[in-house]
Amino acid sequence: MRRLAAAALGAFASLAAVADEIPQAERRSGFDAMSAETRAMQVDDTANPGLLWVQDGADLWTRAPASGRPACAGCHGEAATLRGVAARYPAFDEASGAAIDLQGRINHCRREHQGDPPYGHESRELLALSAYLGFQSRGLPIAPPRDPRLDPARAQGAALFRERIGQLGLSCAACHDDNHGRRLGAATIPQGHPTGYPLYRLEWQGLGSVQRRLRNCMTGMRAEPFAYGSAEFVALERYLMDRAAPLPIETPAVRP
Amino acid sequence: MTPSAGTRNRRDLLAAGAAAVLAITVRPVAAASPVRTESTAEAIRRFAGEAAITPGRIHLDLPPLVENGNAVTITVTVDSPMTADDHVRRIAVFNDKNPQPNVVTVHLGPASGRAAVTTRIRLADTQRITAIAETSDGRYWSTSADAIVTLAACLEG
Amino acid sequence: MARTLINVPKSAKAGEVVTIKTLISHPMETGFRPGADGRIMARDIITDFACHYDGREVFRAELFPATAANPYLTFTLVAQATGPLTFTWRGDNGFSQTETATLTVT
Repeated sequence: MRRLAAAALGAFASLAAVADEIPQAERRSGFDAMSAETRAMQVDDTANPGLLWVQDGADLWTRAPASGRPACAGCHGEAATLRGVAARYPAFDEASGAAIDLQGRINHCRREHQGDPPYGHESRELLALSAYLGFQSRGLPIAPPRDPRLDPARAQGAALFRERIGQLGLSCAACHDDNHGRRLGAATIPQGHPTGYPLYRLEWQGLGSVQRRLRNCMTGMRAEPFAYGSAEFVALERYLMDRAAPLPIETPAVRP
Repeated sequence: MTPSAGTRNRRDLLAAGAAAVLAITVRPVAAASPVRTESTAEAIRRFAGEAAITPGRIHLDLPPLVENGNAVTITVTVDSPMTADDHVRRIAVFNDKNPQPNVVTVHLGPASGRAAVTTRIRLADTQRITAIAETSDGRYWSTSADAIVTLAACLEG
Repeated sequence: MARTLINVPKSAKAGEVVTIKTLISHPMETGFRPGADGRIMARDIITDFACHYDGREVFRAELFPATAANPYLTFTLVAQATGPLTFTWRGDNGFSQTETATLTVT
């Protein structure tokens, strides 16, 4: 994959050099570019529909699985003790020797410790639990772990971010590094920081994961989207969180 | 970023790409819209009967530029003391471009204290929204506001 | 059971006008949208919401497909005496859900 990315970059070298990452002081959440009305919907917990999923997650946290083994709370206690976790993920998973994102970790617990089948991607349960965990870290700065074992995922994510793909020959970087703040149709191109996932997107009329958003982007680029839960997506998530730090976690954010 | 010929070329390329993305994500709203069985004027008459409808006393707050028509926050208020003798009985909101003209109808009374309601609505397209209040003296009051619905880039599907 | 979020002030003074905010999980499927198979998906919406205060209806709303998914409604009422607030949502396919809260009046 990295070789492929390097080849693609070589092909476009005559157009532009690889753009630098956005400096930390210039990083902006997509929140800032939203209308006052949509911002108000996010910051008012009595108006933010994402809180419906957070409450579902709170219930699931204490509910024993069908296997009769302990609920999440049986091992982890109060979810508040996991404040900060969502700001660090994806993390390194000893068992698989690879990076794992928060939803992957939740499903790992389901399989290994609760003896229940994993939740489906974009299922109400998985979105609810990951929203509940993300909500515990709301307001905390994204804090990438300095684990060198994550370096391969970081490098893969960075390469994927810059790789030109699809029938339009676009890359993530072509919009979100080089042209953020400009208009794409009626919308302002955001810097593309995943600060608030899972989030309530008005377009979806519901909550969705960062991988659902990335699949939307790839479809828009006329590229074949990666599969849910793929190593490519976890690598991209790791890179995107590095690239977004230290913006605060907004889960559950609201976006148009 | 330092401006350079390379940057400009890249931006031209991006602009071309963006145009292509937009061209294929604009959904055929008209094709998906069924024929209306009732016009906005008919729906308003079903609400207000033959009574005269006077502009004034009612206020409709909605964003003039809508980021996504799937959820648009609107607030309707009516100038009324909301006493037993003088209050708002009903408020109805109408659209003129959705598949159906009705948006929401609320029933209030002196127990409401204020005539103020907020909800989130769908707007299929750029259009005019009309709110009409019926006061306890049997009179009807109206206001209208326009909302421009923009289309987000890179939509699903 | 659909998830609901109801915001009622912790307490109010007699005669005070208080704002009540409600959210409920519901797709509000319009009946005008094609599904993945290209066929129009059947309408499935909440059609009616009512709030009763001490048994008396103080607010009612008729909803249509133009109400956004996960309906959000805020309205006001005059606090009179400590008493129960009941919130009832009804809709297509026999949908019916009632939640209660207490308004404490000091």
